[in-house]
Amino acid sequence: MTGMDDLIGALEEEHLKEWPEFRPGDIIRIYERVSEGARERLQPFEGVVLRRSGSGSREMVTIRRIAAGVGVERTIPLHSPKLERIEVIKRHNIRKSRPYWLRRITRLHKIQ
Amino acid sequence: MALTLLGRKVGMTQWFDGEGKAVPATVVQVEPSVVVQLKRRESDGYTAIQLGWGGVKGGKLPKPLRGHFQKAGVAPRRKLYEARVDDPDAFQVGQELGVEQFSEGELVDVTGISKGRGFAGTIKRWGFSYRPKSHGHKLIRRPGTAGPMGLRKVIKGKKMPGHFGAETVTIRNLQVLKVDEARGLLVLRGSVPGPRKGILKIRKHDA
Repeated sequence: MTGMDDLIGALEEEHLKEWPEFRPGDIIRIYERVSEGARERLQPFEGVVLRRSGSGSREMVTIRRIAAGVGVERTIPLHSPKLERIEVIKRHNIRKSRPYWLRRITRLHKIQ
Repeated sequence: MALTLLGRKVGMTQWFDGEGKAVPATVVQVEPSVVVQLKRRESDGYTAIQLGWGGVKGGKLPKPLRGHFQKAGVAPRRKLYEARVDDPDAFQVGQELGVEQFSEGELVDVTGISKGRGFAGTIKRWGFSYRPKSHGHKLIRRPGTAGPMGLRKVIKGKKMPGHFGAETVTIRNLQVLKVDEARGLLVLRGSVPGPRKGILKIRKHDA
């Protein structure tokens, strides 16, 4: 059996989507398709990227925002067909790959 | 009575289904099998096709088998197996059957040999509970009693430690999520018995 190693990776490529480059610490806005009955609409979610985990089509992204005074974190499959668009709002130069200390920061747009 | 093909487990991943939901998926590589013999009711008492699968050097097979392949006019294969089909004459000797026999959305049954776990205790083998780890306990993984004292014997079939795994397991009704004819791959929804590279029988589900 030759070349079995990356058969899965080759299959997953079909799901992969082209997104703008962003890394943990950046502020992004995602647009997700939400179906309400027969109607479909785009629901945005904007926040700071806390981590990117996994690889290939299984990659997940965790986004944190403050909504109505409460911290909300969403972890979303990055290559889900429900994701319509990703906008990079602001890029930051953060050293950690898992900047969990951002959870203690309330005014995110004021980092650095 | 349905077409059966051999394949090899490649591994698991996740797949986005039609609704955009991520579902667990197993990738199976189905190298084409070749029809070696047609079995008919008149000559064999039942209807089936005999299939060969996997490359092998001819010299590795016993001479009678080599002759069998020669008679069919096909290159020797490592495995010979049968698929019970209603009408063997729908196939021809020498015909190659691969993933194109399956279609997306259809259901299949997958048979394989589960991972061997060796001599396993009752917790792994039968799902018994642990005993408390603290408060004076020390026999944490022991099975407890084998039965009542007054009975003077152990009931047959009592769940005990012993050899676990490495048995034939069939998982039924797995949905085909994707057929990749270029690479000879099937993506099935759910899990499948055995280790990666393990040989699987994939049968079209009927009834």
